[in-house]
Amino acid sequence: MAEPVPEAPPEIRLTGLSKRFGQKVVLDGLDLEVGKGESVVILGKSGVGKSVLLKHLIGLLEPDSGTVEIEGESLWGASRSRRDEIRRRFGMSFQEGALFDSMSVGENIAFPLKRHTRMTPAEVRARVAECLALVKLHGMEARRPSELSGGMRRRVGFARAIALKPEVLLFDEPTTGLDPITTDVLARVMIDLRDEMSPTMVTITHDLKVAFALAERVALLDRGKILVDLPPREFEASSDPRVRAFVQGDGSADEESGFPEEAAV
Amino acid sequence: MRLLEPVGKLALDALEFHGRCISLLGLTVRGLFRKPFDGRALATQVVRVGVDGLPVVLLTAVFTGAVLALQTYVGFKRFHAEAWVGSVVALSMLRELAPVLTGLMVTGRSGSAMAAEIGSMRVTEQIDALVSLATDPVQYLFVPRILAGIIVVPMLVVLANAVGILGGYLVAVRLLGANPVVYVQNTFQYLTMNDLWSGLVKAGVFGFLLTLIGCQQGFDTTNGAEGVGRSTTAAVVLGSLAILVSDFFLTKVLF
Repeated sequence: MAEPVPEAPPEIRLTGLSKRFGQKVVLDGLDLEVGKGESVVILGKSGVGKSVLLKHLIGLLEPDSGTVEIEGESLWGASRSRRDEIRRRFGMSFQEGALFDSMSVGENIAFPLKRHTRMTPAEVRARVAECLALVKLHGMEARRPSELSGGMRRRVGFARAIALKPEVLLFDEPTTGLDPITTDVLARVMIDLRDEMSPTMVTITHDLKVAFALAERVALLDRGKILVDLPPREFEASSDPRVRAFVQGDGSADEESGFPEEAAV
Repeated sequence: MRLLEPVGKLALDALEFHGRCISLLGLTVRGLFRKPFDGRALATQVVRVGVDGLPVVLLTAVFTGAVLALQTYVGFKRFHAEAWVGSVVALSMLRELAPVLTGLMVTGRSGSAMAAEIGSMRVTEQIDALVSLATDPVQYLFVPRILAGIIVVPMLVVLANAVGILGGYLVAVRLLGANPVVYVQNTFQYLTMNDLWSGLVKAGVFGFLLTLIGCQQGFDTTNGAEGVGRSTTAAVVLGSLAILVSDFFLTKVLF
């Protein structure tokens, strides 16, 4: 019998991740693995620490304890410059887009290309146009971020995140605060990106519709840990009371305990 | 015990502020020697701090020189030393007033603007976005601004010196009827190159301090729009204090 081939390390592996801000424990020994090419959606109530979790994946926050491994390499064990090299494999889209408002839309998308590649100006222009086309914003290069609507700004954020053709895409609340139609447009754009680039994808949201449309696995973050981690269909059918409460939008469990989470924020 | 608490907190805050400035300075120096060096960003900052700040600095200097001539004339007349007004104006401008007042004006204009700009980048996650794009935010934001401060403030001071002396001359000659030839002679007779240089060294240090503090305050902004306001205020207050305190020690060292 042949020796089993040692399994390749997962794209992202979090072990025992803990983080507190002052007295408030946000992450409490959290474990999570994301395989190559997988699309994971992390659900959770507002203020439960979803964005904090996502920011740990790319090293925007340093955990108090626990490790973040990217393809088996520890992010915080690496040197500063190595960490930047690892980060180049990531593209992250932020809640409100986080576009550089001193630059035009085109310059925003060109920023990582100019900094990290040796592309000629013509190649940069071509790639910028290509990225804008992928998020359905053809010909918007010259616009200023302040002239764009919330949904468009986020799509430009997507375009900037994919400019370097990253292997991993992180989405922080891509649809929060948008109307249902714009939300649907964004969800479609995200599905297109997934099908086009087949990246590893981690999305943070509290929008169930978006979650089920995108996810291969849905995880629920609660009290600093991943409570359940299931394929979308099973997640929807789960009998866990906290999953049921989340899926049905039922706040009575929180109400009985006097909204402790709410009070802590 | 309660009484000591605020004192201890103040001391801790002060230590933390200094530690934070030093560690950010370390990262800035590291960023300075790493590729890519962003010449265009440096040029932009030089224009913003220097060219755009020129009118304010020159106005301050011309009136400072003018009032200095007026005041020393009143005082010196009492013991018949009016002839030395020109020397006093020139010495005071070069060694002390041009560097300090230029430093304070640039802190108010540019230190605050840097804190506000970097602070709003912080609260709108633009700094996180820089990191996510594998760009060192300290290198990208601090290096051009601090270099611009070190280069530009001494240049502004050279012009402030000239304009301040001119202001004194106009008041003395036109208003108080001093002899123009004697006044000019007295202005330059007792000046040494060291007077000019010590002022320029001070100006370089002030430019460095006010930009470092402006960037640091912006970079460490928390709490949204309110926090940006607080950082901007702190950049001006701490920047001005840093200039006035370091001015004393620099004068002591440089003579």
